[in-house]
Amino acid sequence: MHFELTPDQEQLRAGARELARSFADDYWAEKDQKGEFPWDFYNAFAEGGWLGIAIPTEFGGGGLGIAEASLLLEEIAASGAGMNGCSIMHLTIFGLNTIVKHGSPALQKEILPSAADGSLHVCFGVTEPNAGTDTTRITTFAEKVDGGYRINGRKVWITKAGDSQKMILIARTTKREESARPTDGMSLFLIDIDRKHIDLRAIPKMGRNAVSSYEVFIDNYFVPESARIGEEGKGFKYLLDGLNPERILLAHEALGIGRASLEKATRYAKERIVFDRPIGQNQGIAFPLAEAQIRLDAAELMARKAAWRYDQGLPCGPEANMAKWLCADAGFKAADQAIQTHGGMGYAREYHVERYFRESRIMRLAPVSQEMVLNYVSQHVLGLPKSY
Amino acid sequence: MNIVVTVKQVPDTWAEKKLDASDKTVDRKSVDNVMNEMDEYGVEEALKIKEAHGGEVTVVTMGPEKAVETIRKALSMGADKAVHLTDESLHGSDALATSAALAKVISTLSPDLIITSSEASDARGGVMGALLAERLGLPQLTQARKVTVDPGANKVSVERLADNGYALVEATLPAVVGVVEKINQPRYPSFKGIMAAKKKPLTKLSAADAGLDAGSVGLAGATSTVVDAQPAPPRQSGTIVKDEGDGGAKVAAFLAAQKLI
Ligand SMILES: Cc1cc2nc3c(=O)[nH]c(=O)nc-3n(C[C@H](O)[C@H](O)[C@H](O)COP(=O)(O)OP(=O)(O)OC[C@H]3O[C@@H](n4cnc5c(N)ncnc54)[C@H](O)[C@@H]3O)c2cc1C
Ligand SMILES: Cc1cc2nc3c(=O)[nH]c(=O)nc-3n(C[C@H](O)[C@H](O)[C@H](O)COP(=O)(O)OP(=O)(O)OC[C@H]3O[C@@H](n4cnc5c(N)ncnc54)[C@H](O)[C@@H]3O)c2cc1C
Repeated sequence: MHFELTPDQEQLRAGARELARSFADDYWAEKDQKGEFPWDFYNAFAEGGWLGIAIPTEFGGGGLGIAEASLLLEEIAASGAGMNGCSIMHLTIFGLNTIVKHGSPALQKEILPSAADGSLHVCFGVTEPNAGTDTTRITTFAEKVDGGYRINGRKVWITKAGDSQKMILIARTTKREESARPTDGMSLFLIDIDRKHIDLRAIPKMGRNAVSSYEVFIDNYFVPESARIGEEGKGFKYLLDGLNPERILLAHEALGIGRASLEKATRYAKERIVFDRPIGQNQGIAFPLAEAQIRLDAAELMARKAAWRYDQGLPCGPEANMAKWLCADAGFKAADQAIQTHGGMGYAREYHVERYFRESRIMRLAPVSQEMVLNYVSQHVLGLPKSY
Repeated sequence: MNIVVTVKQVPDTWAEKKLDASDKTVDRKSVDNVMNEMDEYGVEEALKIKEAHGGEVTVVTMGPEKAVETIRKALSMGADKAVHLTDESLHGSDALATSAALAKVISTLSPDLIITSSEASDARGGVMGALLAERLGLPQLTQARKVTVDPGANKVSVERLADNGYALVEATLPAVVGVVEKINQPRYPSFKGIMAAKKKPLTKLSAADAGLDAGSVGLAGATSTVVDAQPAPPRQSGTIVKDEGDGGAKVAAFLAAQKLI
């Protein structure tokens, strides 16, 4: 057993760190405040070829695994870019996994090269207002018609939809009550975001404001049969394939924000003199920071293990879920403690930790809530009866 | 153009620099090490010249095993190959001994152009370019803020930074050119660059491979000796001048008292 990163991973991490850190905290504070998409940052990573890191080499990508993609996103978050920096690219980096695995060769050829070079922007449309965490309750419906499907329905919280050309969409193709099992009868599509049929409304929200998330209204939208990914009715199964990598990636992002928070807090605790001594000399300040470090390091181990198992082709559901839970928790606690350490200035935008705090909060809700992770572990790890 | 660029791995610019208590050499083990920042400008300039005129960029470094990280960074940026001179016996080499070793390695590469940066951030000697030029018997152009190569005319000219402008100086090739930070904006290694770097040729040489005589390098061959060292005194808190309409005059008086103006 060993825990070292490979020399390649070390170099990639150093490269990602350097490029990410060339964008200062003030850049992100401004983008966040103005609600502006961080194009310069995105383009720098696209031009450097980073977005294709996990896309197969035959489509112009780097062909690496979730472990390397995770290191990339962790470094982006840890640079101070936080969720603003990660959300603009994590779907390109791993969200297209379903197309790699289940898409037709034609779809792969159409989509993957432009994802790898960063010219294609995609978003992921799963959540619905009236279904919530219970995806089987979605009602967005793709009705089979001549040559394709006619889609009607409503999604919510769809991140980056307004800056994307395409959306991976899950919709029912058979009504829930007419399906053998609730998880049957759903299909995945890759659709163009045609604003004549798709109305988008940005949701005013707490943080990560450089990237909007949207309410999506799909009205009588015809898409050709070729827009369907894989077989009809198997959408939920395909979706599940993507859940573990998503959790692993976002776990690393949460970790990154925690690291950024702790770095700022530690520096401040050394420099800020109150009562004639650095505040970090008081155990009341030092101990919570030490605890934050311990929690982040422990969470990192689980996250790395989950990534490693995924890349080895081993089952990784428990690890991916636990990593998401541990990292979201450790990241949030670190951000909260960073505010506390900064005293009143922690509440001021100038010191950036309040931005980290607002962003780290998301991870306890999405992509899966902490409660649903506990449900998963109760049921699938401990074998307790399902509660819902 | 066959371009050689020298790079050095140094303790991270922001790290507190310490000397190893046993032999008073720079402690490279207890700190993060990075490519000397100024060398990034050298690598960038070499890459630009190659992009304009074709050819090959070879990175040369002398340093411990770990210095291979700095080589890989230069290769990730786009250099074509590298030579790493590494040997326990080289530990403790002073500037003279280092220049002898590097000159020996560089001469086997028959470069048209050798690019160095003005100084490394650890020892800050700023003499390596001159020492190399002398040992190789080549002209040296220093403090270059712009480099123009004319391979047809076998010439290199530079804008040499001066106190109140620049001097335009030129030399025949081969030559040694020392660059300053103003010269360019070093690129970041790209993802593909990093992946490609590991497949590029890297020659590792011991002192014996390089044909160096054991007595002429390392602590044994050093012509200077560090007798004693003191940590830098902690920085004093600055003097704050409060502007009550006379701020400018007060600042001037302060600077005059320090004999700075
Ligand atoms: C910033 C942001 C970006 C997002 N981006 C996207 C996106 O790009 N695409 C997308 O499809 N979705 C996105 N989402 C949606 C996100 O995935 C959901 O918000 C999340 O899955 C929770 O679903 P919900 O909001 O409907 O909560 P609900 O399902 O309404 O749950 C409400 C609360 O009840 C708890 N709960 C529900 N059921 C149980 C149970 N059985 N046991 C215990 N507790 C339970 C939940 O844990 C939660 O705390 C985003 C959300 C946010 C905040
Ligand atoms: C929204 C807001 C409104 C405010 N409004 C007002 C106002 O109207 N009027 C006003 O006068 N002030 C106001 N304040 C200032 C507020 O009272 C101070 O921010 C607060 O008292 C903390 O002081 P500080 O920010 O200087 O933190 P610091 O004194 O720098 O403390 C930083 C951190 O170190 C800890 N610390 C310091 N010393 C010790 C020790 N010996 N042992 C353990 N821990 C220690 C602190 O608990 C804190 O966590 C406001 C602040 C905010 C955020």
